[in-house]
Formats: sequence, C-alpha cells, structure tokens
Amino acid sequence: MTNFLRETLKTLKLITYNKVGFLGFLILLALIVISYLGPSVVPPESRADTKQIYQPPSWEHPLGTDFQGRENWVLFVHGGAEVISVAFLAGLMTTLIAVVVGAFSAFLGGRADELIMTVTDVWLALPRGILLIVTAFFISLKDVWALALFLAVFGWPSLARQVRSQFLSLKKREYVEAAQLLHLGTPHIIFREMLPNMMTYILIALIESMTGAIYSQTYLVFLGLVPFGNNWGVLFSLAYAKNAIYNPNAMYSLLVPMGGIVLLQLSLIMFSRSLEEIFNPRLRTGV
Amino acid sequence: MSQRKPLAERILKSYILQTIAKKTFIIWVVVTLSFVIVRGLPGNPVDIMVMNLMDSQGISEEEARTRAASLLRLDLDAPLHEQYLDFLGNLLRGDLGDSYVLARGKAVAEIVFQRLPWTLFSVGTSLLLSFTIGMFLGMLAAYRRGSWFDQLLTNLSAMIGAVPNTLWAIILVLLLGVVWKVVPLNLMRGSVSPGVKAGFSLEFIGDVLKHWFVPGMVYVLTTLGGWMLAMRSSTVSVLGEDYVTVARARGLPDLRIITAYVGRNASLPLVTALAISIGFLLGGSTVIEFIFVYQGVGLLMSQAIAKRDYPVMQGILLVTTITVILSTAIADLLYGWLDPRIRIRGGEES
Repeated sequence: MTNFLRETLKTLKLITYNKVGFLGFLILLALIVISYLGPSVVPPESRADTKQIYQPPSWEHPLGTDFQGRENWVLFVHGGAEVISVAFLAGLMTTLIAVVVGAFSAFLGGRADELIMTVTDVWLALPRGILLIVTAFFISLKDVWALALFLAVFGWPSLARQVRSQFLSLKKREYVEAAQLLHLGTPHIIFREMLPNMMTYILIALIESMTGAIYSQTYLVFLGLVPFGNNWGVLFSLAYAKNAIYNPNAMYSLLVPMGGIVLLQLSLIMFSRSLEEIFNPRLRTGV
Repeated sequence: MSQRKPLAERILKSYILQTIAKKTFIIWVVVTLSFVIVRGLPGNPVDIMVMNLMDSQGISEEEARTRAASLLRLDLDAPLHEQYLDFLGNLLRGDLGDSYVLARGKAVAEIVFQRLPWTLFSVGTSLLLSFTIGMFLGMLAAYRRGSWFDQLLTNLSAMIGAVPNTLWAIILVLLLGVVWKVVPLNLMRGSVSPGVKAGFSLEFIGDVLKHWFVPGMVYVLTTLGGWMLAMRSSTVSVLGEDYVTVARARGLPDLRIITAYVGRNASLPLVTALAISIGFLLGGSTVIEFIFVYQGVGLLMSQAIAKRDYPVMQGILLVTTITVILSTAIADLLYGWLDPRIRIRGGEES
C-alpha cells in the first residue's frame, strides 16, 4: 500500500510537468471539490421564487436564475455529485470487466480465447445506442449504482479487446515467462506481475470509460429515461424543454449545467491525454 | 492445387460462410433480447400495456389482453417457449406487430420503413463526410507528427469528440440559429419544408440538404475526432513499415506512396470501425432527431418512448439491428477487396 502511495505521489509530480494536463487535473479537482464539499456549505435551493424567474447574471444572481427563480450557481453546486459519481462508478466497473475479460482471454488462449472474443465481437456488433435506449426504458434505473452498472455492461467490449492485445504483448516479456516457469499460477501472474506494469494504461482506460459514461448518460437523461433529481443533465434538459434556448435571459439556466458537463469532459480528456504522453507515447499507436 | 483440403473442411473454414453464420447469430441474439425485454423482464411491460389499453379505451381486462396479444403478435396464455417460437415465426414472415398508440393498427414494419431512409441518409452522408475529412486530417497530422499543427489537431479533435452529441446539437442551434442567426430556425426543424413535393426535383433535393446541414454537422463534429486520431495512429505505424522505406528508396513519386502504399494500408483498420460506428450513430440519432424534429427512426423512437408504444420500440430495435448487420457485412466485403491478404483465409496463415 505504501508502494502504491509513493507511485501516486510520483505520478502527481509528473503531471505538473505537462501544462495542459495539469490544467485539466486542476479543473477536475475543482469540480470534484465543488460537487462533493459544496453541498455541505451551500444550502440547497428548495423554494421556487416566482418574482425572480429568468434573471440574467448580476451581482445578486451571479449566474442568473432558472424558470422557477432558483439560483443557477446553487443548482450547479448541487448538480455535479451525481454526474461524477455515475461516471466514476461506471468507468470503474467498465474497466474492471474489461480487464478481467481481456486478461483471462489473453492468458487462457486457444478455444477459450476464441469463445470470449466471439462474445465480445457480438456485443460490439450490436447497435448498442438503440439497445441502450430500449433497455434503459424497460429496466428502471433507480439509483446511481444501477445506472453505472448498466452503462458498464454496455461499455466494456472495445476496452476488453484493447486490454487483451496489451496483455498478449506483455505475455512475451521475460519476467512473465520466468513467472510462468516458476508455476506461480495465472491469477498471481496477471494480478501481481502484469497488472502493476499496466497501471497507467488502465488509469487512462478508466478515464476514457468515464468520458464514455458521461456521454451516454447525457442522452439517456435528455430522453427522460433516468429519473434522477437535479443533476446537471436533468437541469439542462429541463431548461431545454422550457425553451430557454430562445430567451436570452433564460439561456444561463441552460448554459450553466451544460458548462458543467463540458468542463468535466474536457478536464478528463486533457488529463488523460497528458498522462498518455508522459508515460507511454507508444500506446497511441495501439489498437 | 494438387493437395486440396476435403470439401467439408473448406466449407467450414470459408470466410463468407463464417461471416454469414456470425451475422445470423447476432441477429438471433437481438431478436431474443427483444423478446425477453417485452415478455421476460420482471417489470412486465405486457401488463402495463394491458392496463394502458383498459385505461385509454375503456374496455374490459379480457378484451385488453386479447388486443395486447394481437398487437404484440404473442399468445399471452401459451407457455413462454411457444410464445417465443410464435414470435420468431412472425418475424420470419416480416410481421413485427402493430403500433398501438402512434398510428393505431398500422403495421410496425411499414412505419419503420417509412422513417428509415431519412435516418440512413442523414447519418450515412455525415458519416462518409466525417470519415473522409478525418482520414485526410489524420494522414496530414501523421506526416507532420510532433509539429504544433499535429499537437493542435489531436488535442482539439479529442476535446470536440468528448462533448456529448446532445450538447453539440443545442450549442449549434444556439449559435447558428439564435445568436448569429446564420441558419433560419425553420431549417432546423423537420427534414423537409412543408409543401415541398418528394421527387427528383432540384427544389426537393436542395431543401433536404438544407435541413440536413445542421444535424449533419452534429454527427460530423462528434465523429470527426475519432476518425482523425485513428487514422493518425494507423498512418504513423504504417510509415514505419519496411515496404514504405523501400518504396521511397525506389524513388517512387510521393503521391503514389501516400495513396497506394500508406493510405491504403493505414485505412484498413478504419473500415471495420466505420461499420461499427454506424450502429453507434443510429443510437445517437434518437437524441439528435428529437432536437431537430428530423423525421427519421430516431424521432420515431423518442415518440414511441413517450407514448409507450412497445411494438414500435421493438420494431425499431430489430430493423436497426438488421441494418447495422448488413452494413457491417458490406464493410467486411469491402475489407476483403481492400486487403487481398485476408481473402485467402483459413489457408496457410493463422
């Protein structure tokens, strides 16, 4: 564990070398702090104020107000946690499934590998966009966990393929062959010998899965398939449904939550791309 | 040719047969999933459908059940496996059931096929456009790799691609229609102006293209970056190949090396990805068509969701699946044509 901590510190130090990546990291950190610590400092907007509907930004209303006269900035503070939690959990589960499937497929080889890859291919060839929408409609996705798991089930196949090819190339290294000769067992070789060498690759994959999850969850929310509270996705969908787009004063109730999602995506992308450059430029020529 | 393999083995290993078997299997998976979704899930949609029918038309439960059964083309009292076989049989005859809210009594297949051309046109055109531009930019970036141009292009395209399509659609409507007022708002609603007759007239085609422009831009923006990055990395790896160096050493003209040697080989992995992305885009089209009121399958899907028209939802799922499978099959064939190496599969290689 201390080893892991030291590695993390080293990583953080490396991140500061890349300016774009560091900026992404800072934005991400800020969004996380605002979304998770903010709500305990800022009281939620519980009441509608009919006198303050659609106020443009001013000293009194820094980011304007929405169709119920609620402060946009307060809604922003309270709307991030759910989006980020879903993204993180979905990213984590996607990566986990993909790593396990990809690793075992690469390691078992032969018939098992063929079978697993056929299943992956079939899953890849399905029109996942439509399938995602139809199943999301029929399964009620009640909480963050259900939505995250749902997105992960749809998100793992392409990553599993990539992980598999990574493992296949690692498998030929001497230290792995040595471990195999010592009969250390497949789980030990995968989790103790190979995974540590793939940590940054997996970290980047995790971030990419997170952006994918944010992408999908945005349109599921927009289509009204995820019955959640006032998170950024729900907020901008509501504002859009209220035709805020055509009203210059109302526009901020649309733009503020949209900005939250865009900032989150951009910070993740900036961060992951710089990680890629720092650790392994070779990876970009992968599958 | 003297030692040919036995016929049975050759058939089993035939590339085309394997492809067909795989595609059929995928279609079967989706068909089964679609049956499970409507009939097998715990939150039984059939019961909800029966309740809706009772509610909206004031009929008895028994009557509502028979009507639901005929709408879904399922005998609800039969054992589940018989229902499944019935369902498969109906599908084989092209019978997807009838719509029960959107266009009452109209065959789902008919409704979906009316809308499908619009989606295929808008998504297909945009996809080809972004594929072409992305390949071009990707090769350019690969040739200039490491330069500021490459840096800018790769970072920018990754960022553009990360913004969800829903947000792009709203941003474009906001910028082009509301703030800058470059595109009239009525061109961002619907797929063709009212009163314009369909046909091979300049007016119709022009109008269709004008309505396609903004939603098309959303598709292009959301996919362009992916193509560019994929083409870039693919080109970079091809550029390191020996045959490119040899071609250079032979003093072949640059243009020939770029098109016949680098371009052709680098674009190979992208062709398969192209087919996969069609499936992804068809899903994304639901949101885009909803925002632009574009009269395609995607809009039909969101209407069916809003009205809880299960047979229509099921029909869209199946028809789009088959469309995607067919387009992947075409891409596979194209792949074989582009890359003669994989045509001789099952032989000496692998």
